[in-house]
Amino acid sequence: MSARATGRTSRTSRTSPRAADTVPPALPGLDPRYSHVLQDARGARWHFLDNLPDLADRGVEPAGTVLAVHGNPTWSYLWRRVVAAGADVGWRVVAVDQLEMGLSERTGEPRTLPQRVADLAAFTDALGLEGPVVTLGHDWGGVVSLGWAVDHPQQLAGVALLNTAVHQSDDVPLPAALRLALAGPVLPLGTRTTRAFLETTLALARPRLPRDVAEAYRLPYRTPAARRGIEGFVVDIPATPDHPSRPELDRISDGVTRLDVPALLLWGPHDPVFSDRYLDDLVRRLPHAHVHRFAGAGHLVAEDVDVASPIMTWLGGAARSELSAPSASSVGSPSSFVPIWGGLDARAADDSPAVLDMTVGEHDAARSVSWRALDRQVRRIAAGLHGIGVRRGDRVSLLVEPGPTLTALVYACLRIGAVVVVADAGLGVRGLTRAQRGAWPGYVVAQRKGLAAARALGWPGVRISADPLPAAARRALGVRHELVDVARSGEGRDLPPEPGPEDEAAVLFTSGSTGPAKGVVYTHAQLSALRDVLATHFDVGPATGLVTGFAPFALLGPALGTRSVTPRMDVSAPRTLTARAVADAVRAADGDMVFLSPAAVLNVVDTGGELGAADRAALGRVRTFLSTGAPISADLLASAGTLMPRATAHTPYGMTECLLVTDITSGGVRDAAAAPDAGVCVGAAIDGVDVLVAALDDDGAATGRPEATPGVLGEVVVRAGHLKERYDRLRLTDLAAVRDVPPGRWHRTGDVGHLDAAGRLWIEGRLAHVLTTPDGPLAPVGTEQHVERVEQVRRAALVGVGPAGVQQAVAVVEPVASAGLRRPGLAPAELGAAVRAASPVPLAAVLVAPAMPTDVRHNSKIDRARLAAWADGVLTGGRVGAP
Amino acid sequence: MTGASGLLGGAVARALVARGDDVRTLQRRASGVAGATDVAGSVTDPAVVTRALGDGVDGVVHLAAKVSLAGEPEEFDAVNVGGTATLLEAARRAGVPRFVQVSSPSVAHAGTSLVGVGAEPADPVGAHGDYARTKALAELLALAGDGGPAGTSVVAVRPHLVWGPGDTQLVERVIDRAARGRLPLLGHGAALIDSTYVDNAADGIVAALDRAPDVHGRAYVLTNGEPRTVADLLAGICRAAGVRPPAWRVPAGLAGAAGGAVEALWRVRPGADEPPMTRFLAEQLSTAHWFDQRATRADLRWRPAVSVDEGLDRLAAYYGGRAG
Repeated sequence: MSARATGRTSRTSRTSPRAADTVPPALPGLDPRYSHVLQDARGARWHFLDNLPDLADRGVEPAGTVLAVHGNPTWSYLWRRVVAAGADVGWRVVAVDQLEMGLSERTGEPRTLPQRVADLAAFTDALGLEGPVVTLGHDWGGVVSLGWAVDHPQQLAGVALLNTAVHQSDDVPLPAALRLALAGPVLPLGTRTTRAFLETTLALARPRLPRDVAEAYRLPYRTPAARRGIEGFVVDIPATPDHPSRPELDRISDGVTRLDVPALLLWGPHDPVFSDRYLDDLVRRLPHAHVHRFAGAGHLVAEDVDVASPIMTWLGGAARSELSAPSASSVGSPSSFVPIWGGLDARAADDSPAVLDMTVGEHDAARSVSWRALDRQVRRIAAGLHGIGVRRGDRVSLLVEPGPTLTALVYACLRIGAVVVVADAGLGVRGLTRAQRGAWPGYVVAQRKGLAAARALGWPGVRISADPLPAAARRALGVRHELVDVARSGEGRDLPPEPGPEDEAAVLFTSGSTGPAKGVVYTHAQLSALRDVLATHFDVGPATGLVTGFAPFALLGPALGTRSVTPRMDVSAPRTLTARAVADAVRAADGDMVFLSPAAVLNVVDTGGELGAADRAALGRVRTFLSTGAPISADLLASAGTLMPRATAHTPYGMTECLLVTDITSGGVRDAAAAPDAGVCVGAAIDGVDVLVAALDDDGAATGRPEATPGVLGEVVVRAGHLKERYDRLRLTDLAAVRDVPPGRWHRTGDVGHLDAAGRLWIEGRLAHVLTTPDGPLAPVGTEQHVERVEQVRRAALVGVGPAGVQQAVAVVEPVASAGLRRPGLAPAELGAAVRAASPVPLAAVLVAPAMPTDVRHNSKIDRARLAAWADGVLTGGRVGAP
Repeated sequence: MTGASGLLGGAVARALVARGDDVRTLQRRASGVAGATDVAGSVTDPAVVTRALGDGVDGVVHLAAKVSLAGEPEEFDAVNVGGTATLLEAARRAGVPRFVQVSSPSVAHAGTSLVGVGAEPADPVGAHGDYARTKALAELLALAGDGGPAGTSVVAVRPHLVWGPGDTQLVERVIDRAARGRLPLLGHGAALIDSTYVDNAADGIVAALDRAPDVHGRAYVLTNGEPRTVADLLAGICRAAGVRPPAWRVPAGLAGAAGGAVEALWRVRPGADEPPMTRFLAEQLSTAHWFDQRATRADLRWRPAVSVDEGLDRLAAYYGGRAG
């Protein structure tokens, strides 16, 4: 298969000077030994890259072949890293230059999509390609590669795709960039006569291509004659239903939908042509695909990021045929599965209140919805949504404030198998836009504000207004449906079959306070498991009255078969909740369980003085009080306890990926205060959850085998039936967060801490904030707690300066206002001495930061990475600005 | 032992005597070390050196050097480079199995910050000032003469910023200037610097002597491994001596420029006292320089026994005792 064997000397003068030649030496990153040519049965000459000789040299029998197909206007050079990486893991990689493109022959004939698919088959026939084949394609090469895939089911072992599309919806306009390229006289000018199309494509690389790499891409396309293929490719885009290549495109896209081989989709979201719309279409056709969106990458994703490594990792899995097996994630046996709406079904004939809403109307008036009415409304909306085309697996983004409407919407979507997408408004407009684009919902149900944002920022999804709107506003906001109409149309109609336990149920977005917000996917089995651990651990059932000053939990009331009431407050601002509003809610719902967010607890305690005797009596009936979302101080917990003297206070620990991990009561907090352990005690794992700690090595990496040994500092890993299924379209993040030792599906929390002999978990910080000192890894929180006991210190952060492994610990303190320290820099001698005396570890320096940099989300999590960089600058003798 | 009359040399000699070694010292003045045999003379004098080595010497600790922030370049060359060459040559000829070259981290310090680094190679071209330049040459010369376990095993140790009771190089200068109100902080005084309490440095040198056959040919920086800010360290020394810590500041760049000017000025008026500022000093006191001590501690099997705070307490006791 070498160049010599295929007779490149037979080149004739009819073809372009570079056609079917091998690559010149010294193209950056490409070993010229990989370059080969061959002639197919019809006489067409092909150039391709092939690592087979390399494998032969190493004496490796390849596990299979990756057939890589470039798009327009690139060439096989695009795959140089994949070709090289394949040799390292024992996979043959053949990257072909399509005819008219790259260094392959310029036949002079225009080539349509069906021809290109046939061409590729002729090439693989001539190559004598045998054994399992995984196709890999980018851009329009993605379509061609899938054409080969659909036509070779016997050989096909997998499909991998980078930014591409197999379907052009007739009601969605073509991307503007392509419309321009296709517009009349612009076409030959942009693609052939000048190099505009080529240069525009190369300019899409993020970051910019190095000059020599860009030159390598230009190599086969130096003359207008050599660029004829670029024009031909653009002409062949099946943009309209009557385009001659359209039937072939439809044949391929239908075929793809039936593929059951492992699939990998690697995507650069910043692509003006192949936007997330097309990724979503591919995910629907290949629902089992592993998907990773590389935030920041664009159309030339293979240049922007390392795609070779994830492809090789995936191939390794494909070879072990693990990829085709669905992940066995549900812990409970399927027979015990009760769907999330089970609690609602059970009380469908009950006329007592299910949901009370005190956020509307005056004083202690409540909007009350009975179980019967809620059940009816859920069924109406469910059937109505199905009627307008919402199907199982379709994503529905809910931008609706908590209340009975949101509750009914959530259960309606879940009932028909639609996947609810929930992103908190607290993410801000940018975070929400990122979330909507990442999840790519097919439908959006929103109130006016959400609709306006969706319209202005181009969020995806058919828009459904949660509230009635005037016709003009409907038009202006691009609203297709109103929820009242949807519900009315569903009246009396049958519901589609229920989704199964393994079907996706929800995508919840993380808060974004510990990195960019990520979508977290839950299945029905996992949501039901969450309901069950809540019911068991907190003893919640039909007799309970739940007061939810923490909006997300109001949604769980119906699932638990529990009456829930949202007290009078602005639900988007928890700190507006007062003690009297809680008392009113307790009375209205005969409540005995109160759920509050930390911010709400603070205000409830602050407004405790407004309570009358009747209010106090009502609060006296509360038996359980929960605060969750962030740790709160023992003092605050105790203050809340005096308002609800009979209540046991709980502060559970969890995260978006596993909402309930451990729990501790106010009594537990008191006990923990007497223990010598460093960190914040979050209590023992609740029933159904396993918590272990993976010890840190000297580099601060959690490489230890997860264990329950007391006192070992490490990353906290958890396993539970209600643990998330995966991150959404973030396959690599997912792989990094999962551990399978000990056996099972363990989630790496990113938190560090230790277990004590009583099995209690102590959190000592985030893995990313661990200091690597010459004496070993050091978690910050324990020291910070000691330093924060110094009178002049309001809050403290322990950061490391210097290279990993020899970092010095530095305390950065935010002084109390009365200390009068307003300038950043070295702490005055007395404060420095006090902090040193309080610290259990030696400190190289004590710095003052009058205002700590914090996350915008909670204004509570200190931005330690930024502080560390600032401290590093100050302590190397640099300028002392504000951190 | 050469240079046993200084603070560190005396401490090393006493440590060796204390553990029962037979100690012979070579320097111009009397060492004042009880139990050691003094040989008077200069390391630049081959005859004296040969006589001092005599027979049956098991090891050499070469500490003698011209340590100053100013002076004639030729003098630095003669003492620091010439002295090392003479001593090592004589030691090799006499078949001495171990040779510890006491060097300085400034041999690899070109004025930029050193943050958590190990012992970089000595660089006579990049080193600033005659002291650092000649000590760099001397270290290269010494390590080039390493004969390994079969010959003379040479190891270089670089104690960084040694201080302690009786120190005239750093402690007395700081105290003296602070007392006269002539000690500014350069920049913000926030640069982290390593330092070494004298007893730790002495222990480290003894450890290097013991370990020489195993770690020959290498250089190790020796510090307390407790970097502190310049302001903290100077304030600690001042407080221990009962003088007011520095409270005024000079921009680091200005101090560096002034140091350069002062050095030039002092060149044309030889014989005067020490210049108030040199570029070397300006750099030392305004840029971070602290070190990775992991290899030093592991290879020499040594850990500092006296912490910075404990050292400052001892310093305070020394000055308190002297005042009383």
